[in-house]
Amino acid sequence: MTDTAPPPTTTGAQEEELHPIRLRVNGVLRTAEVPARRLLSDCLRHDLGLTGTHVGCEHGVCGACTVQVDGRPMRSCLMFAVSAQDHEITTVEGLERPDGTLHAVQRAFRECHGLQCGFCTPGFLNVIAAFLEENPKPSEEEARDAVAGNLCRCTGYQNIVKAVLRAAELRLEEQVDEDAPVEVDEVAR
Amino acid sequence: MTERMIGAPVPRTEDARLVTGRGHYLDDLGAGAYEVAFVRSPHAHARITSIDVEAALDTEGLVAVYLYEDLTGKVAEPLPLLIPHPALTHGRTAYPLAKDVVRHVGEAIVMVVATDRYRAEDACERITVEYEFLPPVVGIDKAAGGEHLVHADVPGNVAAHMVQEVGDAPAAIAAAPNRLELQLDIERSACMPMEGRGVLARWDEADASMRVYTSTQTSTGVRAAVAAKLELPLDRVEVITPDVGGGFGVKIVHPWPEEVLVPWAARLLGHEVKWTEDRREHFVSSAHERGQLQTVRVGFDDEGRVLGLDVEILHDNGAYTPYGIIVPIITSTQLLGPYKPGAYRVDFRSLYTNTVIVTPYRGAGRPQGVFAMERTMDAIADHLGRDRADVRAANFIQPHEMPYDHGLLFQDGRPLIYDSGDFPASLDKLKKLVGWDDFEVFRAQARAEGRRVGIGIGCYVEGTGVGPYEGGHVQVETSGKVNVATGLTSQGQGHQTAFAQVVADELGVPFEDVSVTTGDTRRFGYAVGTFASRAAVMSGNAIALAARKVREKALRIAGEALGADPGDLEIVDGVVRVKDDHSSAIPLGTVAVLSNPLRYAFDDASKAATQFGGNADPSRPPVAEDDEPGLEGRDFYSPPRATFANGMHAAIVETDPETAEIRVLRYCVIHDCGHLLNPLIVEGQVHGGVAQGVAGALYERMEYDENGQLLNASFMDFLMPYASEVPSVEIDHLETPSPLNPLGIKGAGEAGVIPGAAVLASAIEDAEGFPITRMPIQPSELFHLRRRHAAGEIPPLRRVRTAPEEFPTA
Repeated sequence: MTDTAPPPTTTGAQEEELHPIRLRVNGVLRTAEVPARRLLSDCLRHDLGLTGTHVGCEHGVCGACTVQVDGRPMRSCLMFAVSAQDHEITTVEGLERPDGTLHAVQRAFRECHGLQCGFCTPGFLNVIAAFLEENPKPSEEEARDAVAGNLCRCTGYQNIVKAVLRAAELRLEEQVDEDAPVEVDEVAR
Repeated sequence: MTERMIGAPVPRTEDARLVTGRGHYLDDLGAGAYEVAFVRSPHAHARITSIDVEAALDTEGLVAVYLYEDLTGKVAEPLPLLIPHPALTHGRTAYPLAKDVVRHVGEAIVMVVATDRYRAEDACERITVEYEFLPPVVGIDKAAGGEHLVHADVPGNVAAHMVQEVGDAPAAIAAAPNRLELQLDIERSACMPMEGRGVLARWDEADASMRVYTSTQTSTGVRAAVAAKLELPLDRVEVITPDVGGGFGVKIVHPWPEEVLVPWAARLLGHEVKWTEDRREHFVSSAHERGQLQTVRVGFDDEGRVLGLDVEILHDNGAYTPYGIIVPIITSTQLLGPYKPGAYRVDFRSLYTNTVIVTPYRGAGRPQGVFAMERTMDAIADHLGRDRADVRAANFIQPHEMPYDHGLLFQDGRPLIYDSGDFPASLDKLKKLVGWDDFEVFRAQARAEGRRVGIGIGCYVEGTGVGPYEGGHVQVETSGKVNVATGLTSQGQGHQTAFAQVVADELGVPFEDVSVTTGDTRRFGYAVGTFASRAAVMSGNAIALAARKVREKALRIAGEALGADPGDLEIVDGVVRVKDDHSSAIPLGTVAVLSNPLRYAFDDASKAATQFGGNADPSRPPVAEDDEPGLEGRDFYSPPRATFANGMHAAIVETDPETAEIRVLRYCVIHDCGHLLNPLIVEGQVHGGVAQGVAGALYERMEYDENGQLLNASFMDFLMPYASEVPSVEIDHLETPSPLNPLGIKGAGEAGVIPGAAVLASAIEDAEGFPITRMPIQPSELFHLRRRHAAGEIPPLRRVRTAPEEFPTA
């Protein structure tokens, strides 16, 4: 056996340089010191404790680790943490509103049984949340295309596609609801 | 009145945490734990001549390096052979770290522990292993040839040879008016859950106890294995299954080498240790399934009734056999499907190869068996010029013949007896759903447009809910909240929801008041695991029985409190009341207080149960001799044998005349798993299964080269389907209850995947007009088959010869 005690202290040799970084994650300014090679996915999960972002392949194919970088879906396993400096990151933890109201896509996934084991789900939610900003009223084909870059092993995608369409409905309903009181006020004035 | 929950499409309780990122999967735990990486063999078959770790020792953050020689006690012994069988005469298992010889690419040789995974991998890269190459045995032909051996002491590479016979099949075939022989080939795929395996272990020196978190399908199995390997008393080991990102079979194998090594190292180092499998590791060091070569000989009458069936199977079990020969046993028994062959003989040999081990993947040997049987049914129909559905119907076991005894032994060691099912009704439903009788009209229309289409069908029967047992515990708290526990684990099947539905109905409490824990040995120590579509059947029924016990006790105690006969009471919305007088009532939470005589009051509710608070009979002991304190109950469900679900699928495909691209236009499913606990969840299971069936038929395979290198060991190269590849699934249910269990249910987890390869082979063959005998089939292969067909190497189907104008010219 070749134990090298005491373990965690640095040996002096080959010490990795750490880089201070500043990211805005889910609206909150976060800082970390990371080696240049640290993946954004690992930084989010292990340095910032946001373990809702999952890692399924670490080579950018499965999409489980998808977060939004400045509102655009991005595979966090294909991005170094240092290159996220000064960017705005949204993870699954940041999809719901501060008052705890779930995002339309989160509600739609539950309603449509769009998840089973839930491991790939955060990636899908981020992809769909960003997609609906660009295409608020997708057709079924567009909905299917939108999620066709993410892998799921449980659902056969049937209810994920349904959930995209349902999320679009819920999102539009929300906007109507939010607009409604304003209109009432205007009428009152 | 409480709405009935069983059978309702209740949205899942689990989702609240899973859609918000609040679930906890294995790698989400253990912040600050040391992390493990392995040096794994890059060679399929080699003798290790030296291992040099010197260069790794000054790696920053390195904690420890372990070789086989460092392992102690039982950890240094081979891993257990989990399911011994008399026919498995040459079972072999691996050591946790390779000892002398490696037998597949990916076998672990050196374990490195460091402060994080990056550094552990840094150290792995600096370790040099030297090898003396041995001849690799790759592929069933090479294994069966026996020229080179995977294990020097296993002659002919044969791990097991098993024959089962009912009647004299060879004689029946010889005497039959019609005979056919088929050579079939089905390749490897794998479970491929989105979350790989992973283990986290924490040793508590003061308590001399071990806590293990593992992404497993059996926490009790891992607990027993860890206790045995580390030589710890069982009560010093607890195993907790966190949220699990999919299993599909691969996580039922236990203990995986890492499940022994990580706890062992955690104890040695006095520090939390974690290993999280990466995707490449999952490809080369977990498990695969499916690979078989099959020879089918069949004799049949002019109606297509099978008189004799003789099947020989060569099964590739990979380098070791830790899970025994369950897969080929299931193939050889479940091959029979809904049919009754006059005489049956099945002979399988399970063979070693220098590849990743083969253990159950959703379907567990059934997709191969169904492929053999359904290809045979299609071949019979074609030979006789009869409708493929009619030939199947001619061979069906009829409803009045249930229970039907095949005279064989099933995978649970019990007789293969079907409990219920209505196959003719299923077939009728399927034909209507897919439009079977109108297909020729569609084909003609398509042909007029220059398109090539075909329809296929596949039927299966699936033994589900195998024993030996599962248990359930139901406890009502003084708040009225209900805690439920069962020992088996969850990997996305919605157990927290489905089992809460069962308890809500059985006990008469609001669904929202029930919380369910699975796979935590602290809560329930007796369990088997989640496999074989057994969770709902086994734990669902055990929990129902436990809830009935609690209900009985609640009625007794409430009867005493209300001065009523328990028979006159009912429980509705968590309140026990007199059926005819709802004003005479007592909440279950209060019954829970009364059930537990107290000396000390800790809140208002508990005052009533203290010695001066109630009006208990002073002449009797506070807890009767045959009673226990607490409003709780525990029970077990142990069935005499499996319950058999069934289903029939049909698909319509289009094959591109130029590119040979295969598109599934429709995929229809009739599914009978008895009563549905939650249709939303059952349909979700079917959807996922169908996607894996389509994947195994058209996309996925393990591409080993002759040296045993897995060429497509990444998601970039292993073609797991995206939403763009999986067709819409149309489902209709038949509900033939099982007479074997209190809830009348059958398993549903694996059903969707089982006939996938058979159905799509049937449909592609129908589109192309020549036999399809090998799956999966990708466009390039179909293209080559067309060329061989055009060159006369592959004869056309008979129905093409008799009606050539209805089929495309090649």
